[in-house]
Amino acid sequence: MEPLQPLQQFLPQVWFFILGLFLFLYVLLDGFDLGVGILSLTASSEERRSILMTSLGNVWDANETWLILMGGSLFGAFPLAYATILNALYLPAVIMVVGLILRAVSFEFRENADSKLVWNIAFGVGSFLAALGQGFALGSVFEGIKVDEAGHFAGGIWDWLTWRSVIVALTLIQGYVLIGSTYLILKTTGELQKTHYKTATIATWTTLVGALFITISTPLISEQARTQLFTAPLIYIFALIPVFGLLLVGLLLRSLSRREESTPLIYTFLVFALSFIGLGFVIFPNIIPPSITIYQAAAAPSSLVFMLTFIGFLIPVVLSYNIYNYVVFRGKIVDET
Amino acid sequence: MPEFFSDTVALSRIQFALTAIFHMLWPVLTTGMAIYLVVIEGLWLKTRNLDYYHHARFWSKLYVLNFGIGVASGLPMAFQFGLNWAPFSESVGDFFGTVLGFEGTMAFMLEASFLGIMLFGWDRVPPIVHWISTILVAFGANLSTFWILSANSWLQTPAGGTFVNGKFVVEDYFKAIANPFMVNSFLHMFFATLETSLFVIGGISAWYIINQRQTDFFSRSLKVVLAIAIAIAPLQIFIGHLSAEQVYHYQPAKLAAMEAQWETVPAGQSADWSLVALPNDKAERNEWEVKIPGALSYLLELKPKLDQPVQGLKEWAPQNRPHMVGLIYYSFRIMVAIGLFLAGLMGTSVIQWLRGKLSANTISQQKWLMSAWVFAAPLGYIAVETGWIVRCVGRQPWIVYGELRTVDSASHLPAGEVLFSLLGLTSMYVVFFIAALYFGSRIIRRGPNLELPAPRTITQREINIQPAQHERDRRPVEAQQ
Ligand code: HDD
Ligand code: HEM
Ligand code: HEM
Repeated sequence: MEPLQPLQQFLPQVWFFILGLFLFLYVLLDGFDLGVGILSLTASSEERRSILMTSLGNVWDANETWLILMGGSLFGAFPLAYATILNALYLPAVIMVVGLILRAVSFEFRENADSKLVWNIAFGVGSFLAALGQGFALGSVFEGIKVDEAGHFAGGIWDWLTWRSVIVALTLIQGYVLIGSTYLILKTTGELQKTHYKTATIATWTTLVGALFITISTPLISEQARTQLFTAPLIYIFALIPVFGLLLVGLLLRSLSRREESTPLIYTFLVFALSFIGLGFVIFPNIIPPSITIYQAAAAPSSLVFMLTFIGFLIPVVLSYNIYNYVVFRGKIVDET
Repeated sequence: MPEFFSDTVALSRIQFALTAIFHMLWPVLTTGMAIYLVVIEGLWLKTRNLDYYHHARFWSKLYVLNFGIGVASGLPMAFQFGLNWAPFSESVGDFFGTVLGFEGTMAFMLEASFLGIMLFGWDRVPPIVHWISTILVAFGANLSTFWILSANSWLQTPAGGTFVNGKFVVEDYFKAIANPFMVNSFLHMFFATLETSLFVIGGISAWYIINQRQTDFFSRSLKVVLAIAIAIAPLQIFIGHLSAEQVYHYQPAKLAAMEAQWETVPAGQSADWSLVALPNDKAERNEWEVKIPGALSYLLELKPKLDQPVQGLKEWAPQNRPHMVGLIYYSFRIMVAIGLFLAGLMGTSVIQWLRGKLSANTISQQKWLMSAWVFAAPLGYIAVETGWIVRCVGRQPWIVYGELRTVDSASHLPAGEVLFSLLGLTSMYVVFFIAALYFGSRIIRRGPNLELPAPRTITQREINIQPAQHERDRRPVEAQQ
């Protein structure tokens, strides 16, 4: 193989970063969205459910759009990865799509229906299915996707279902429940808020157990992760991530027991950011683990430049009007006056 | 089990057709109605007449119902290219994926973010900011139409690069985006969404007028519709005609299928236009047909005798030309008939308006005219769907015209897997369709809330009306109106 030109190396790296950013924003934002959805299954009254859904009314669509953005950009920047990963993950992706569809229609149908039960269930179950599908997808990308020399999917239809991907999926659901509860702590008051201090605390512990398990088992199982992580200088970073992670979890638990309102959400975001960085290190420079690198899967440099000129400068714009949306609707939900 | 159920390509095609046709039903209204909402809200800001405000609130209820299902049904579209058409995605991703990425960043995000303010922000932002949000939502929706039509037009007339070893290498992005079909197809689609939405709004307004409910209120929306549609309906016929001309130049096999023309009509002769026919794919002829002599030459070249030949389907080997000729032929005729009908209805209504028959106290006597409007409400949808059928089925056997075949583009999935997703989506879509009709008609039967006070951000003095007495509403924002 010819050595890569600097540009051929740099552009895919930039796009790997941008896609990581989109995915990260998606996981944070739709994470609380899906988390609230899953929590709605346990809400004790119609009134409470109504508050939960109101807390999402103005944002759920924008949050979900980060996924569409990610999908479209992945398609453009790494066509091979878009094709092969979706091809390999057909069933988890369909589960996720079905879940997201159920959620999206429930908002409107519930609003108009007299008997809200069906759409309440559709909303909760949809959120759960979406999280489950994403968890399996994440888990199996983590485990590696079997491909031939051209990078096309060469495995079987059940490859994504392993005991480790089950654990990843369960952990992701816990993580979403955690962000969802901390978001609700911020947006609600009174009894409802109290409930979510409880769920947040429980979810912190369950997420922690899952995350520890994944962190420890990854290098034990994956050859690539071992070579990747246990060579300097990455070993230092890799060693720091769990340390900071545990520290943040400690802070999170403390803020929850002190009944603080906004810090739990912030700490949760930071914990997610940290796990994300860790994940990035494990996968990079691959985009279809274990063997296809971002350089092999990337579109032509001219495509990457073209996309970068149009999408790159739009990222701050898109971010700022998303933030504006949150600012307009800031504050607690019930208290409208 | 019939062979069909084990044919992954056939199942993937059916799944694509089903999801696209279902998806298309909802954005049509949201893109077109968004423009109408911009107009109506602008009128409210200008005149401070509460009627316009109540119109904005009323129609946006239907809007958001459609929006939800539009987003839901758009999701499988976004992933389907990778899921079911992996070889296609890999082959053309450099360009096609780029455009879908643009659509997401530029259009969807804009629309989704400002939608929250447009729907729930009446009391939270100043009126002008609210109006700008509505404008941005409308702009985002139509930008989405632009990008998706650029992508789809490129599939019809690929430009701006070459295929090297089955992979599309882009040389000039702007040429690829502005491919030969782009401009006209976008315009045709843009007017299609607008026209469909206008006739839906007009039809619903006419229904209220027939039933003598808030006649005054709804004759207002009908007139706004008329004022916008005066230009749109005839223009759409003209643009549709240009669409047919571009098909004639770039995709003669599709034109032959649209006209069920099996034999070539050489240059220098006059070509007949077929009005009704019974095309037979196997026998390669029409079993039966009624023709208007010479009309096709006029339609295509405005001349009695053709400069260029009109090629017949038999010019192409069966594996190189579209099948289901009857479907394409009738889809095209249905669309054209609807286009002519809507323009005619438009014309009649304007004449009645000029004769002063549409004023608040006489309008409910226009029984026939109002019934015709109610009848016209669903027609735009049918024209849109049949239009897409002409376009996509007529493009077969190619997915990228002349370059990449549909059969070579499907993912190698076990048929059972595709059948699973197809059945799952179909059953959900059936439920959603029924639910949407049910809830939609419920919103209409309940009618507008004319008691709704003006947004709190507007001082009552400013709108010069008696402030309505009302309890402070303690329900969460979403539950209010
Ligand atoms: C409302 C209808 C509709 C809409 C909005 C679209 N299409 Fe289409 N498409 C069809 C209606 C359709 C169809 C008529 O249903 C086809 C033709 C034959 C078939 O099986 O499905 C189809 C097929 C079809 C296929 C798959 C398989 C095949 O050709 O048989 C692809 C990849 C596209 N089209 C591409 C597009 C793209 C990229 C679109 C948007 C830019 C698009 N279509 C919009
Ligand atoms: C096959 C091609 C198509 C794909 C891949 C596609 C994809 C999508 C996706 C993913 C969404 C949801 C985005 C969101 O979360 O808001 C969506 C919605 C939308 N689509 Fe499509 N679509 C296609 C065809 C079309 C066509 C032909 C139009 C032209 C009118 C269109 C116009 C829209 C608009 C305006 C929306 C946003 C409004 C709404 O959701 O109601 N789409 N589409
Ligand atoms: C007499 C009037 C009309 C004529 C002659 C006409 C002609 C055409 C032609 C030739 C195509 C195929 C373009 C292609 O395959 O590339 C087309 C597509 C289409 N038509 Fe029409 N049309 C007319 C009216 C309408 C109306 C009234 C609507 C909807 C309200 C409509 C909606 C569409 C749509 C959505 C498409 C597919 C997308 C596109 O090409 O933009 N058409 N039309």
